[in-house]
Amino acid sequence: MIRAFVLLLICALVACDPPAQRSVDRPEVLLATTTSFQDSGLLDVLSADFQKRTPYRLRATAVGTGAALAIGARGDADVVFVHAPNEELAYMQQGNGDRRLLVMHNDFVLVGPPADPAHVRGKNVFDALRAIAASQATFISRGDKSGTDIFEKNLWKQTGIAPAGSWYVEAATGMGQTLTITSEKRAYTLSDRGTFLVRQGQIEVQILVQRDPPLINVYHVITVNPRKFPKVNAAGANAFADYLVSAETQRLIASFGVEKYGEPLFFPDAGKSDADVR
Amino acid sequence: MAAIIEATDLIVSRGGREVVHVPRIDIEEGETLALLGPNGAGKSTLVFALASLLPASGELRFRGEVVRDHVAYRRRIAVAFQRPLLLDRSVLDNVALGLELRGVPRLERERRAQEALTRIGVGNLGRRPAWALSGGEAQRVSIARSLAVRPEVLFLDEPFGGLDAPTRESAIADLGNAVRVDGLTTVLVTHDRDEALSLADRVAVLIDGRVRQADRAEIVFAMPADPDVAAFVGVENILPARVASSDDELTHLELGQRVLEVTATAPPGEEFPLVGIPPDDVIIARVAPATSARNTFEGRIVRVEPIGRRVRVVLDCGFPLVAHVTHRSARELGLHAGDDIVASFKATVPHLLPRHRRN
Amino acid sequence: MDLILQGLGEAASRLVSLDPDVREATSAALAVSGIATALSVATGVPAGAWLGLSRFRGRKLLLSLVNTGMGLPPVVVGLFVAVLVWRSGPFGGLDWYCTRQAMVAAQYLLAAPTVVGLTAIAIQAIDPMLHLQLSALGATRIQMLGILVREARLPILTAAMAGFGAVISEIGASLMVGCNIKGDTRILTTAIALDTSKGEFGSAFALAFILLLLVFAVNAVTTWAQQRRRPL
Repeated sequence: MIRAFVLLLICALVACDPPAQRSVDRPEVLLATTTSFQDSGLLDVLSADFQKRTPYRLRATAVGTGAALAIGARGDADVVFVHAPNEELAYMQQGNGDRRLLVMHNDFVLVGPPADPAHVRGKNVFDALRAIAASQATFISRGDKSGTDIFEKNLWKQTGIAPAGSWYVEAATGMGQTLTITSEKRAYTLSDRGTFLVRQGQIEVQILVQRDPPLINVYHVITVNPRKFPKVNAAGANAFADYLVSAETQRLIASFGVEKYGEPLFFPDAGKSDADVR
Repeated sequence: MAAIIEATDLIVSRGGREVVHVPRIDIEEGETLALLGPNGAGKSTLVFALASLLPASGELRFRGEVVRDHVAYRRRIAVAFQRPLLLDRSVLDNVALGLELRGVPRLERERRAQEALTRIGVGNLGRRPAWALSGGEAQRVSIARSLAVRPEVLFLDEPFGGLDAPTRESAIADLGNAVRVDGLTTVLVTHDRDEALSLADRVAVLIDGRVRQADRAEIVFAMPADPDVAAFVGVENILPARVASSDDELTHLELGQRVLEVTATAPPGEEFPLVGIPPDDVIIARVAPATSARNTFEGRIVRVEPIGRRVRVVLDCGFPLVAHVTHRSARELGLHAGDDIVASFKATVPHLLPRHRRN
Repeated sequence: MDLILQGLGEAASRLVSLDPDVREATSAALAVSGIATALSVATGVPAGAWLGLSRFRGRKLLLSLVNTGMGLPPVVVGLFVAVLVWRSGPFGGLDWYCTRQAMVAAQYLLAAPTVVGLTAIAIQAIDPMLHLQLSALGATRIQMLGILVREARLPILTAAMAGFGAVISEIGASLMVGCNIKGDTRILTTAIALDTSKGEFGSAFALAFILLLLVFAVNAVTTWAQQRRRPL
C-alpha cells in the first residue's frame, strides 16, 4: 500500500508541473478580473490564445471588480482587468496602477418579466428605474460589489433614489445566478448583455431597456505599478496589456459569441478614449 | 541443573497495591515449571514480569547476567498468551513474525515457521488467512509462533484456557511432546491442576501475588504447604486435629472422637495441626475390608454428586470426609445418601499442615 | 423539464466522446486531490499512529484539536491559504496563488486532520494485548509501530478514503486559492459551479456524473474495508 502511495505521489507531482518550459524568466502572469468576464467564456478563450501567442501563461482569478482592484492594490496580482471607471480612477490616483488602457465595452440591459408590471418597456434607464421603485416591483441586485453591482448602484444614484425595502433584493451572487433568480421571482435586474445572451434560452425574462448611453460598460486593463510593488511581474503584465489591445486580439473579441448567439458579446475599443465610446 | 532465570525481590504494583511480590523464584534450565493458582492470583503478571514485559522492581537475571537490554532479552525467550493474538496475515506469516522481527531472511523464516506448525500438529494451515482459523487452530498457531523463534525459555500464559476439553487435551499433548523433545525450559501458567500435573516437573503455587509453595509437582499435590495451597490443589479434606502421641513410625491424631494413625510427622511444636486427606485416596466399602489400611471408619453417606469424570461422596464418619470414586464404582456399590458404609485410607495418605501459615 | 432532459443528453454525449473539458477537469481533480490525500497519508498516518499509541500530557487536547480539524470549513481553509500565498503574504515568495500547489496545500489541510484522527482511532482500537504480544516477540518500538499500522491498514485505508472523498467534493478552498483556471486549476467541483452559472447544464451534468462516480467508488472501497473479518 505504501508503494502505491509513493507512486501516486510521483504521478501527482508530475501532473502538477506546468505543461511546458518557457523562455522568459517569469512566465506566470497573475490577473485579477471579474466574474462576468469569466462567466462569458471570453476569459478562457483569451487565456488560451495569450499562452499560444506569447511566452507567458495567464493565471486568472475571477472575483468582483471591487475585489480585483483590492488584490491589485496589495500587489497580489500583476495586472487587473475590470469595468468600473470611477473606482479605476481612484485606484490610479493612489498610485497602484501603471498603464491603464481601454480594451472593449459591452452594454448593460435592463431585463424583466414579459408582463412588465412596472411598465418600463421602451423608457430610458433612469425613468425605468424610477418606475420600478414607484411600483415597488421586485428588483434583484447583484449586491456583491462587482463591476455590475457598482454600475447599477451608480445608476440609482443618478436617479436620486436610494433603493431600499422588501422589493429591493440583494442576491450577492454571480450574474448568471442572478438572472436565474430574477426569472424565478418574475423580477427586474440589470445584466450585462453577454451574460444575458448566454442564458437567454433558459430564463423567462426579456430585455426591456437597452441601447441607452448610460448603459455602456467599458473594460480597462491596468498593469499594477511595479515601482510601488517591486515583486510584480511587470514584463508579463505589459505583455498581457499589449496583447489585449493588439489588432488580432481585438478581432478575436469582436467575433466572440457571434457564431453562437448571432451577435457579439463585446465590442473592441483599443485606441479610443472613454468619451468616444459613450 | 543451573538456573536459567533468577528473579529476586520481584514486586509489581498496580494502583498502589502489590499484585505480585516474590522474594525469590528460579527457573531451572530444561524444566517445565507450572505457575498454579486461582484466578486473580497474579500468575499472568508474574510471567509478564519474568518476561520483562511490564515494569517491575527487583532484579532479573538471565543465565547469570542482570537483564538490562529488554529487547535483546525478549528475543531469547517467547511468550504465548491466553488469546492467540494473531495478525491479519497468513498463518505462515504469523508464525514467522518473531523471525521477521529478528531480521531472518524470508525463505529461512518460512521454512522454520512451517517446521513449527508441523510440530504442533497444524502443518497444513500455513497458507490460510489467520481470520479463517477456529479457536483451537488459532491457539496452536500462536504456540507455533513461539516455538519458531527457538526460544531459550518459553512462557505460556494459560494458552488453552479458552478451548473445549477434547481440543484442549490434544493441544496439551502436542505441546508436551514438542517441549519434551527439545528439553525446552517452559513456564506454564494455569489454574488447571490436571494441566499442571501432565506437563510440569515443578509447580509453584501463587496465591494473592505470593509463591506459597514451589516444589516437584507430586510433592505439592501430596503435601501442600498450607491450607490455601491444599484447598487449591484439590485436597478437600482439611481437618483440625490434635497430636495425641507419636513414635518413630506413626503419629496418633485425635479427630473429634476418632483417632487417626498417620506416618507424617507434625510440624515441630505444632500440637494442633491440620490434617489433609486427598479424596482420591479414600476407599469406600460396604463392609470393613481386611486390608493393610491403618485407618478404617464406619460412617454414613451424606450426599452423592457427580463431578466430571468422578463421583464425589460426602461422608460423616464422626468427622466430615470427602471421597472421590469412579462412576462405575458408585454404580456397582449402589451408593445412595443415607447408606451405611466403611471408609478407609492408608497411614501414608494424610499429610499434616501447620494451622497458621508462617511467613 | 426540457432543460434537464437536454442537459442529460448532452452530458451523455460528452461522457461518451470524452470531451476535452471534462477530461481536463477530471484529471486535474484527481491529480490535486490525489496528491493532497497521498501527502495527508504520508504524514498523517505516522502522526496518527503516534497519537494513538503515546500517552503524554496534552494528548487529549491535541486529539480534540485534530477532531476540530476534521470539521474545518473549506472556505476558512481557503481564506487562510489564500492570505498566506498571496504575494503580500508570508509565503508570497512561492508564487503559489492560482496554482495547483496552493490547491494541494489547502486540500492537504482539509484531509490531513481526518487521516490523523481516524488513524489514531484505528490504532487505539487494536487490542492492547497485541502490543504486549509484539513486545514479547522481540519488537522494537519502531517495529511495533510499523506492524500496528499495517495491522490497521483497512481502517487506515478508510481514513484515506474519507480524506479523499472530502477533498474531491470540496469547492470553497479550491476556488479561492486555485482561481478555477481552465486546463490547470479547474477541477470537477469548480467547473460544475462555473458551468451552472454559465448555464451550460450539459457539461455540468457530465462533470457531476463523474464526481458521483468517484464518490461512489470511494464509498465502495470503504464499505469493503469495513466488512472484512478479523482474526481471533
